[in-house]
Amino acid sequence: MARRKASRKATRPARPKLATRTRAATTRGRAPARPAAAGDTLRAVEQFLYRQAELLDSKRWQEYIDLFAPGGIYWMPAEPSQTTWEGVPAIFAEDRNLMVVRMKRVQHPDAWSQRPLWGTNHLVSNVTIERESAREVVARSRFHMMELRRDDVRHFAGSYVHHLVRTGETFRITLQRVDPVNAQATYDYVLQVWV
Amino acid sequence: MPHADSLDLAALVEPDRVHRSVYADPAIFDREMARIHERVWIYCGHLSQVPKPGDYYAVQVGRQPMLLVRGKDGQAHVLYNRCPHRGNMMCGDRSGNTGDHFRCSYHSWTFHHDGTLRNIPMMDSGYAGTRLDRDSADCSMKRAARVAVYRGFVFASLAAEGPSLEEFLGPARIAFDDMCDRAPQGEVEIVPICYRVVQKSNWKIFLENQLDALHPSVTHQSTGRAALDVETEIAKATGEAPLSYHMLSAFASVTIDKWDAFQTLNYPYGHCILTGYMGLRPKDPDTLAYEAVMEKAYGATRAAEILAVNIHHVLLYPGLSVQSALQQLRAVRPLGVDRTLTEIWHFRLKGAPEPIYRRSLAYYNLVNSPATVVNADDLENFWKCHQGLSSDGGDWVSFQRHFGRDVERDGVVETTMGTSEAPMRNQMKAWAQYMARA
Repeated sequence: MARRKASRKATRPARPKLATRTRAATTRGRAPARPAAAGDTLRAVEQFLYRQAELLDSKRWQEYIDLFAPGGIYWMPAEPSQTTWEGVPAIFAEDRNLMVVRMKRVQHPDAWSQRPLWGTNHLVSNVTIERESAREVVARSRFHMMELRRDDVRHFAGSYVHHLVRTGETFRITLQRVDPVNAQATYDYVLQVWV
Repeated sequence: MPHADSLDLAALVEPDRVHRSVYADPAIFDREMARIHERVWIYCGHLSQVPKPGDYYAVQVGRQPMLLVRGKDGQAHVLYNRCPHRGNMMCGDRSGNTGDHFRCSYHSWTFHHDGTLRNIPMMDSGYAGTRLDRDSADCSMKRAARVAVYRGFVFASLAAEGPSLEEFLGPARIAFDDMCDRAPQGEVEIVPICYRVVQKSNWKIFLENQLDALHPSVTHQSTGRAALDVETEIAKATGEAPLSYHMLSAFASVTIDKWDAFQTLNYPYGHCILTGYMGLRPKDPDTLAYEAVMEKAYGATRAAEILAVNIHHVLLYPGLSVQSALQQLRAVRPLGVDRTLTEIWHFRLKGAPEPIYRRSLAYYNLVNSPATVVNADDLENFWKCHQGLSSDGGDWVSFQRHFGRDVERDGVVETTMGTSEAPMRNQMKAWAQYMARA
């Protein structure tokens, strides 16, 4: 572990990073409050989250599924106090296999409820890094999703917690927790794909 | 659209077809709330939902906002959610614990858990010489006319007269017997999560879909195909896919002609049963372990009897759809002529091994969660049906599939073909009988 950390550190100065420069400017004359790596991670995670949202909104389902590690889980708890996706009701609790069922269904010509035009727009913000190690990152963020289906607009908003594992320059998701503030509200029609 | 008052309601329901106004006319909706939902036994909740004294759940019975509450004496009470003073709702939350008594947030009138008056502030100084009588029913929270419990499931009727709960349920009480008997301890416990999905359609459209054995292979073809593909891939890679894939792929693998092999049973009061088709008794280690626990609890003969019951769906007209073998139920709460809420609950078999709970939980999530890949297409149909029935494009709804081929024995209609529309005919027959009673 220590060796891997050292080797990452050794390669860092070769890559110019906007976040690093920004912090250097604001903490001029003092030692940085956090190691430079934190800013790199934040920016990389933000870019990852934006890409994930973009894949959803442009309906690139397979690429979206590929953001998940083998064994990765997309989880939307039924209730905010839940601490595990296993053995409790969940609005979503899907591994990659179940995600493929959902994708194939949506793409099937006889998925009747999918025939009306629908689209979504996700905004992701308030990104913070909760924990990180050489291998893993846990990031928290907030989302707002607007959906148009036929002439009806719905809004879902809430928080994401991404458990990410580093793979080269980017990440794969081992667990994504999605807590909409309206998880226990009534559903006028259901959620068709991931939020 | 003709109005209910000027209509001969009997003329709207023929043995094999129904007039569209039955679904789309708001005046008929009001009358069916008064004559059906606010008279018959309506499911309120399970005792394990309100385990402690003061625990309550808000529940809609017909158009009436009611409270299911557990009293200090252990009894379940069903009360109108209304203070007798100025009409304020007593509880604004969907559920909670009211403590030692109910207390109105407006003027602090308080009531015992059974609804009887506890205290009125300023009783002596404020009401001396007035006609307010603290001992009269006018000073207590109004109770449902009748409350009865069957195997932990609480029902209320807002009419003082009518059949008892057991008589009303009749043979369809197997919905609860089958669910509870499958528990080694003989009872179930609620999983305290409720999925609530609003359907933009009349309540009867949902109930008529529940036992419609022709629709799965049409409506749910896309999900069945997708699940079958993935199930095959997993089986290729690991030998066997989890049962949850089979629960979905059955929509595609059970082809239209095979649905006729199943059977429906149709009882008085509009209740119906569809026999099982998913094959929920595989020979895997989890099932075998569970069956061993069952034999220990009941003895080999009784356990074999219980496990041989093969039911997919029991419909308890007009408000409940039960899948006993998978321990789940959907309670139907009509919100308006074109809006219906379903409250979807899951139960745990007390004393059964965890994997059996996990298996039915997978079905609960896949079929009933607000992200279901199954009911989404039903909801689409329900909305489209209601749109069509609200139009002048035609007057009648046809329930003629296999009409005239049903076998009636001792008041029970058995179908020989699973895709028969006998369950819809049976429901409308009960509807017409209820509506005819002034």
